[in-house]
Parts: sequence; structure tokens; C-alpha cells
Amino acid sequence: MTIKHHLTEPILMAYSAGTLPEAFSLVVATHLSMCEECRARAASYDAVGGAMLDGATLDMDEGALEATLALLEAPVERPIKADVPADAVFPGPLRDYVGGDLDAVQWKAVGGGVRQAILPTSKDASVRLLHIPAGMAVPDHGHRGTELTLVLQGAFRDEEDRFGPGDVEVANEDLTHTPVAEEGMDCICLAATDAPLRFSGLIPRLAQPFLRI
Amino acid sequence: MFQDSDTLVEEKPRGCTRAVGMLKAVRGGKAKLRVSKDGTPEAHWVACMQAIHSASDRKAFAELFRHFAPRVKAFLVKSGADMSMAEECTQEVMAIVWRKAALFDPSRASVATWVFTIARNRKIDALRKQRRPEPEELTWGPEAEPEQADIISFQQESARLAKAVAALPEKQRVLVEQAYFGDLSHSEIADSTGLPLGTIKSRLRLALDRLRHAMT
Ligand SMILES: [Zn+2]
Repeated sequence: MTIKHHLTEPILMAYSAGTLPEAFSLVVATHLSMCEECRARAASYDAVGGAMLDGATLDMDEGALEATLALLEAPVERPIKADVPADAVFPGPLRDYVGGDLDAVQWKAVGGGVRQAILPTSKDASVRLLHIPAGMAVPDHGHRGTELTLVLQGAFRDEEDRFGPGDVEVANEDLTHTPVAEEGMDCICLAATDAPLRFSGLIPRLAQPFLRI
Repeated sequence: MFQDSDTLVEEKPRGCTRAVGMLKAVRGGKAKLRVSKDGTPEAHWVACMQAIHSASDRKAFAELFRHFAPRVKAFLVKSGADMSMAEECTQEVMAIVWRKAALFDPSRASVATWVFTIARNRKIDALRKQRRPEPEELTWGPEAEPEQADIISFQQESARLAKAVAALPEKQRVLVEQAYFGDLSHSEIADSTGLPLGTIKSRLRLALDRLRHAMT
């Protein structure tokens, strides 16, 4: 898979800091499951977090070590890992939210042959799967907030470029575009948006200077 | 942040692409991983992790605990937890450090980074009450034991980064910390510090420039 469009620095940093809304984190984790390059960049932001950990200390309560060792005595519930289908279309984090692979998605028609499935996340943003028939335009594409769109299958084109499997488009309200699914194959995307809710407090605005590094 | 995200849209990834984890130039191939206290602190923490994993060594765990637990607790309080919640979450974080010791890979992350990611995930779960989607492991082919030389060069990169963070001027350091540990927006930080937005931006950029140089 040749990925051309990657995640931006502020988004990777906010994912590493743990301040992204869950819906955006799902798109990020899904892209990272497909993209070695962004995975390495995310690791570097984790490394900065690790280094920052050395900044300050707060004394633990008396007996904290013993209490922690006692926690280890408790039996651990091991999460049951579902078997990965050999021909899985969705990366692991997305399968977790869908409760299976592509064939498990509960699609709802939204007109023009387009179908969507909204995935359950926290309410500060939302994320949905989109199924766009080959050659069709993506509907309702005004950006009232920020939108992250990751292509899982097929491809779409807009005024900006072509977006194929693994590519992610970061669009804001200034971008007006008309994405159209390429001929030949239906396009399946994972799209997160913070509209109409804004979450300016949740992503550090400070992340912006990373852009210019 | 996303209000002026036009730059966010246009900017192509670069800069930090040279992640610490990517810098695995093999050098000092003959060097031995030091596991005693005479070694670098990082080598010592790695040895503690390995002792926990291979021998359920409680003494090694106690050492890690004394060093990292107070740092995790401070991180959680800065992130908005009250004292009792921070105490409880820190104990849970350290218990996960023990339980998942087998998953720690010293050629991919420092012990501090690994502890940070566990603490961050606990923060999202306990403070923000959200799930944390994590990427699935990429398959790189047959999984090989990490080379000692890779581990050592990785530790050198980590040490350099830690030094660069420690050497940041206080004003810059505070801003990076707020970007990481706080949930404050740009303008909220401007309000709380009384500094103009432009000053905050340029100070943070300076700080991150320094860190980038440490990683390349
Ligand atoms: Zn990428």
C-alpha cells in the first residue's frame, strides 16, 4: 500500500498526549495500523511525553507499594481476542468498534446510493463509516468543523487530489470540495468530525507550532 | 486549534519523522548492555523490567515504583485528577507495568516512555471516561529478538532527548508540558499566564525546535 496523505503533526501530537476526542483517535489508530511512517512519528511524540514525565514528582501515600503489590494478587480478566479473519478489510481498532469486519457493518441508506454506519464513541465528536458507490459523489459535504477522512477501500478524488487506501484527508471549514468515488470500485471511508460540537478545548491549540517544525 | 487549521491541512509531515525509534543506526556493536547501577539510568530501568518479566523480581519492581510512581502521580494531578484519584490510578498504572512487563521492548521505547503511555491511557479511561483506540501491531515478518546494539543506540537517543527536555528554559518547558499534560486551549493558557498568544506560540516553537535537534 502506497500511502500519500498522512496525519498532520498536531493530530499525532494530540493523539500521543491523549487529548483527542475518541472519534478522532479511532481514525488515527486505524491509520497507524496501516502506516509505518506515521507509526514512527507517533512514537516520537510518545518519547517526548516520556521525557516530560521526568518533570515533577508527588509523594505516594504510605504503604502505596504494598497496596500495589496486593493489586497484583487479584486475578486478571483476560480480554478475549476475536480471531482475525484472514481476508479482513478493516484494521484491528476499527473491527473492535464495528464488532466484526466489513460484513458485520449495519449500514443505513442516506440517499444517492450512499450508506453510512455511525460508530459508538464519546459525544465530543462523531465517527462513521461511509460506503460510496463507484462514480458517486460524497453527499452533505459542508465542513462545519474539522473532518478526518480515511480511505479503507477504493478511492475518491476531489479538487485537492486523489485519496486511495490508507490515505487520510484533513479538511476544515474553509475547504469546500466535492469528493467523488472513483469508477471501478465502491469506496469505503472512515470519517470523523467534530461538527456541530466544537472541541477546541480538547486538542491543545499549542500543538500548532509543531506544524512549522 | 482547528480554527486556523488551514496550515494543518496543507502541511506535509516532516520534521519529527525521524523518530527516536527510527534511529537505530547500529554502532558500538561490541558494547555490552550494562545492567548494573554503573550503567546509564535507562539501562538500569531496562534491567529492572527484564527482572520483573523473567523472575517476578519484587525488588526490581520496588525500585521502578520508587522512581516512576511519584512522577505518574504528578502527571495525573497536572492532568486534573484529585489527590486520591491520582494515588489510586498510579497504583493501577504500576500494577499494569508489572503485568505487561513481557510486552516491553527496549529497542522501541524507553521505560519512561512506556510508563507514560500506560499512564496516559489510564488518564483517558479514568478522567475522560473514554475508550482509547490503539493501533494493531504491524507485522514486520518473523519477530526477532531486538539486537543489543539497537537497544543501546536507542537508549542513547532517549538519553539525548531527556537531556534536551531537561535543558529547556523554564518558560518553554512549561508550555510543552501544558500542551501534553493539560487540557488547556491556547487562549486559556494566554489568560492564565497573561502572555500574548503570539509569545506563547513562538516560545513553544523554540522549545520544540530544540527537541527536534536532539532527535536528529
Ligand atoms: Zn501515515
